[in-house]
Amino acid sequence: MIGGLFIYNHKGEVLISRVYRDDIGRNAVDAFRVNVIHARQQVRSPVTNIARTSFFHVKRSNIWLAAVTKQNVNAAMVFEFLYKMCDVMAAYFGKISEENIKNNFVLIYELLDEILDFGYPQNSETGALKTFITQQGIKSQHQTKEEQSQITSQVTGQIGWRREGIKYRRNELFLDVLESVNLLMSPQGQVLSAHVSGRVVMKSYLSGMPECKFGMNDKIVIEKQGKGTADETSKSGKQSIAIDDCTFHQCVRLSKFDSERSISFIPPDGEFELMRYRTTKDIILPFRVIPLVREVGRTKLEVKVVIKSNFKPSLLAQKIEVRIPTPLNTSGVQVICMKGKAKYKASENAIVWKIKRMAGMKESQINAEIELLPTNDKKKWARPPISMNFEVPFAPSGLKVRYLKVFEPKLNYSDHDVIKWVRYIGRSGIYETRC
Amino acid sequence: MTDSKYFTTTKKGEIFELKAELNSDKKEKKKEAVKKVIASMTTGKDVSALFPDVVNCMQTDNLELKKLVYLYLMNYAKSQPDMAIMAVNTFVKDCEDPNPLIRALAVRTMGCIRVDKITEYLCEPLRKCLKDEDPYVRKTAAVCVAKLHDINAQLVEDQGFLDTLKDLISDSNPMVVANAVAALSEIAESHPSSNLLDLNPQSINKLLTALNECTEWGQIFILDCLANYTPKDDREAQSICERVTPRLSHANSAVVLSAVKVLMKFMEMLSKDLDYYGTLLKKLAPPLVTLLSAEPELQYVALRNINLIVQKRPEILKHEMKVFFVKYNDPIYVKLEKLDIMIRLASQANIAQVLAELKEYATEVDVDFVRKAVRAIGRCAIKVEQSAERCVSTLLDLIQTKVNYVVQEAIVVIKDIFRKYPNKYESVIATLCENLDSLDEPEARAAMIWIVGEYAERIDNADELLESFLEGFHDESTQVQLQLLTAIVKLFLKKPTETQELVQQVLSLATQDSDNPDLRDRGYIYWRLLSTDPVAAKEVVLAEKPLISEETDLIEPTLLDELICYIGTLASVYHKPPSAFVEGGRGVVHKSLPPRTASSESAESPETAPTGAPPGEQPDVIPAQGDLLGDLLNLDLGPPVSGPPLATSSVQMGAVDLLGGGLDSLIGGTNFVAPPTAAVPANLGAPIGSGLSDLFDLTSGVGTLSGSYVAPKAVWLPAMKAKGLEISGTFTRQVGSISMDLQLTNKALQVMTDFAIQFNRNSFGLAPAAPLQVHAPLSPNQTVEISLPLSTVGSVMKMEPLNNLQVAVKNNIDVFYFSTLYPLHILFVEDGKMDRQMFLATWKDIPNENEAQFQIRDCPLNAEAASSKLQSSNIFTVAKRNVEGQDMLYQSLKLTNGIWVLAELRIQPGNPSCTLSLKCRAPEVSQHVYQAYETILKN
Repeated sequence: MIGGLFIYNHKGEVLISRVYRDDIGRNAVDAFRVNVIHARQQVRSPVTNIARTSFFHVKRSNIWLAAVTKQNVNAAMVFEFLYKMCDVMAAYFGKISEENIKNNFVLIYELLDEILDFGYPQNSETGALKTFITQQGIKSQHQTKEEQSQITSQVTGQIGWRREGIKYRRNELFLDVLESVNLLMSPQGQVLSAHVSGRVVMKSYLSGMPECKFGMNDKIVIEKQGKGTADETSKSGKQSIAIDDCTFHQCVRLSKFDSERSISFIPPDGEFELMRYRTTKDIILPFRVIPLVREVGRTKLEVKVVIKSNFKPSLLAQKIEVRIPTPLNTSGVQVICMKGKAKYKASENAIVWKIKRMAGMKESQINAEIELLPTNDKKKWARPPISMNFEVPFAPSGLKVRYLKVFEPKLNYSDHDVIKWVRYIGRSGIYETRC
Repeated sequence: MTDSKYFTTTKKGEIFELKAELNSDKKEKKKEAVKKVIASMTTGKDVSALFPDVVNCMQTDNLELKKLVYLYLMNYAKSQPDMAIMAVNTFVKDCEDPNPLIRALAVRTMGCIRVDKITEYLCEPLRKCLKDEDPYVRKTAAVCVAKLHDINAQLVEDQGFLDTLKDLISDSNPMVVANAVAALSEIAESHPSSNLLDLNPQSINKLLTALNECTEWGQIFILDCLANYTPKDDREAQSICERVTPRLSHANSAVVLSAVKVLMKFMEMLSKDLDYYGTLLKKLAPPLVTLLSAEPELQYVALRNINLIVQKRPEILKHEMKVFFVKYNDPIYVKLEKLDIMIRLASQANIAQVLAELKEYATEVDVDFVRKAVRAIGRCAIKVEQSAERCVSTLLDLIQTKVNYVVQEAIVVIKDIFRKYPNKYESVIATLCENLDSLDEPEARAAMIWIVGEYAERIDNADELLESFLEGFHDESTQVQLQLLTAIVKLFLKKPTETQELVQQVLSLATQDSDNPDLRDRGYIYWRLLSTDPVAAKEVVLAEKPLISEETDLIEPTLLDELICYIGTLASVYHKPPSAFVEGGRGVVHKSLPPRTASSESAESPETAPTGAPPGEQPDVIPAQGDLLGDLLNLDLGPPVSGPPLATSSVQMGAVDLLGGGLDSLIGGTNFVAPPTAAVPANLGAPIGSGLSDLFDLTSGVGTLSGSYVAPKAVWLPAMKAKGLEISGTFTRQVGSISMDLQLTNKALQVMTDFAIQFNRNSFGLAPAAPLQVHAPLSPNQTVEISLPLSTVGSVMKMEPLNNLQVAVKNNIDVFYFSTLYPLHILFVEDGKMDRQMFLATWKDIPNENEAQFQIRDCPLNAEAASSKLQSSNIFTVAKRNVEGQDMLYQSLKLTNGIWVLAELRIQPGNPSCTLSLKCRAPEVSQHVYQAYETILKN
């Protein structure tokens, strides 16, 4: 198991050092600083073995977190724990910076004592931790017996991520479907690869211990239900999507998903990521980029790029940016664009064309003349792909939230009383067209 | 309130000041002082001098202060054991506190104070806490047992804590169960023999139930523990798999990987024919792909594991090539790993895409990555033959870029391509030679020199090129020196006239001016070879090279199986067994995949069975690369070019220096001059009397009774071709010895004497083990039967066909030559039965290209009869199975030179033909093994 945990600043000074096992000595602290933080070469692996001691590290801004062990530990778990540790710290004091860590070192030691026992990760849900580890010292002395046992049962219980007795005057929940669409397209417009990686993020402000059921237009579910009425299958079949794979927050009952493919859970209070998913079929590509590059002699390039928006005319895409790479020996660029603003950025070797808003089913064009310095470099210009950024108010995978039902049998509010908000945001991931 | 001020640099006399503050009456001041102490401790300053003052602050009702003091205690108690005792009272008192959080804190901290004296006091509070009404205290106490065990294992056993811990596995609280499992697993690691965890179907069921309810970390502990269990049969394995698969959708990658580990391990026990097996395979791919969207560090761990999984079960991810394409922003360690997996997944179906990608990568910035990409192109060429041409042209394009390290890397891989496809791409040599000057890395120089030497006859100025390297001979690295030496000797053997001077120069450089013993030795060997026997030198230096394998860096199968048991852990990241990086005996228990034990079928199916050995047993050693090379050497490394071509007919080959003086010396050496008048009772061919004939049947015919099948004698040398001597014969094998049964008939008019026999070198080194004993002169029209014992220790040369044997027989009249084909089964040795595990491992290990399939027609035998018939010829049945009415026999045999042949014989009742599949590392023998099968089965 984890033998020790160290936090360093960018200079390699130790900010936090907590040793759990006898086999990790103070020299381990120095070994990591010398061999990794102060190493001349760029880091080649997040796992380093120095003198039979293994160091796992992650970096957040310029802070290094390193877990140390001499055993054959579960490496995936160590990294998951380090990420979790960052989440917990961020939930307590915001950004992970040297300043914040120094200001909260007592708190961090207290947290480390709680979430890592003898190197074994323990409950690390911030919701639960915040009930008994607070920044304003411990309120233990004033807790009643009931409160204490409530804390312990939550920390160790089946629903460790939520405490009992939460009350809201207004029961409200927000669902964000956040997708990033990735594309690699050939110059001729052939899709070489495309996939959507999406997340469903939920913010819940619900009283009690609400039992939630989330439904979406998952093809498998729809087809299963559609069996009864053939009519419905044909109607909804078109809108359903095939999900390649999905993973869930630990509150979701996985065995139920495995057997019935239904997503049911008791949510943590506040914001959390309910699920992540990936789709590769029937993706709506919000933009099509049509490049045309012509070499005029040896010192001139003519570039024409057309972008076409491919979604409902009533919707608006935002923050559109097209990045057209230029050769290294570019001496001057003239650009004309119909919409937005375009600029040649010599330092980035690219023409950057920005459009604030664009409605669906429209097209726009940019023309550029690139003058080149004559070179005797035989090496041809590799023509990097044209990349694009944008944000659209729909889910390119076609995912639709069908329902999110809330049941709280003990309290007197029903599903209808809950105010629900659903929002879809599609963003560009790596969205490239070769030219 | 900010705490960062405590980190401010200290001045002299600080300890003294702190001491005063710690003893202050004001609570706030005390707390401030303790914080300062902790901050100093963190930065590595020694504040142990303050021990008594800090411990004095322990008795407080302020929990925050208490925790700080505890933190200090954990750090320094060991250096001040006597003072640490002062703290015991407070701990014991805290363990009785009404607040469960305080009870747990006390027991947790006490376990961290590694002082023997304290541990004694710990026992009672720990016992209470293990049975505490509050689950939070129990789960903390469970871990505390592991802590105590680490300090004093004997104490834990004596106090019976292990039993209490075992009871906690049945606790109602899932987190208590998870921590108890974690603690027990760790303790069990240091007692490999003990049955601490005592996993049985009931306890497994409890764990699986807790799995659904506990935290993500608890799920990992439980899954890792489950992976150590060996289900009793395939049904149990399947039911566990069914309950573990939902974990593949967990957001925590470690949960997913641990679940993958359990599934990969238990899958070994499932029959491939099961529908569920296929379902499971399909279920594994998506979560593995999803791991690639995790944070980069986790991606790295996942990729290292996928690398193992792809080697073990390539079918899982064979369609997922695209997800391993490198992204521009991936960290370098992710890029390199992805590249590795791309090559493993490359196949004819996706090679075009892969090559296009690799070409892109070769233009990137990171030197290591670019090199690896270039190397990958070479590996694609070797792996997918259809792509070789495209790969070579891609490499040539890259050489044109003139980027130094790209060129060098390309030349190194082109060398391998030449090795794999000789005489195919030599047209590119000219381009390579152009870049000779830019090579500055030893590996690239050595590769280039090898190419020049190997193709010296096609490179006009090969001598000049090599000479140019010779100038700075002593500045080169050993690798280059050795290669240069060999290349020049090759050149000399190919173009002896022009290069004599050069070769002398290099030999003297290597032998006289060098301090390197390897180089000197090689130089001397060449020198002596060249000066004493140029023909032999040719045979050695220009010998045919063994083929290079397609997958160059596969992990050795037994290690791979072990690493599969360690999926998700550091071992899987390092691709090394834990013993390689863990000190002491901890956690280095050898793990292996479970054997397949079917509940429904009585016989095993070798294909689906695991390759590992059952736990506790040493795994069988699978023939390693070295042995394989040995086999090839036995078979292949004859000189293909030296000497005149060998005829295979039975005509006289008088000119062939086959026997040389050997025969004469042989005859000279053995004096068996028999009196010409001696009576010849050995007229064995004729039916003299039944008794005598029976007697001889006994001697010469034993083989037919208990040994392997013996073919009837055939005429090998007709009388008209051998001045009246007719030789017919056959081969037998009985009780481990091979003999050649000859029948010599004198059809001439004169008496024949002075018989002798010798064999030419042959594929399996067959040679007479004794002289040809014809005790009396052979009178006209007389026949003698002789059994000539053979050995297999003669010199070896690969023959065409493989089982061709060229024989020379001498008598007083002349020397006669003939050749014959021996049935391969005389070479099947008695210890040719492979054990099952080994069989499976080897079957898997031999590439599919080495598999040959044959039809044996008109062989109406059932499996039993065939098996026993084959067994008498030393073909052993390893396993038997019935699939859809067909009998499958899995058989093994071993040749005298140690080559194993594995066979699968499919017999369909009612159908007279059966199908034979053969797998062997030396596929040349398959055809002959098939013939042997046919002969044995039909007679």
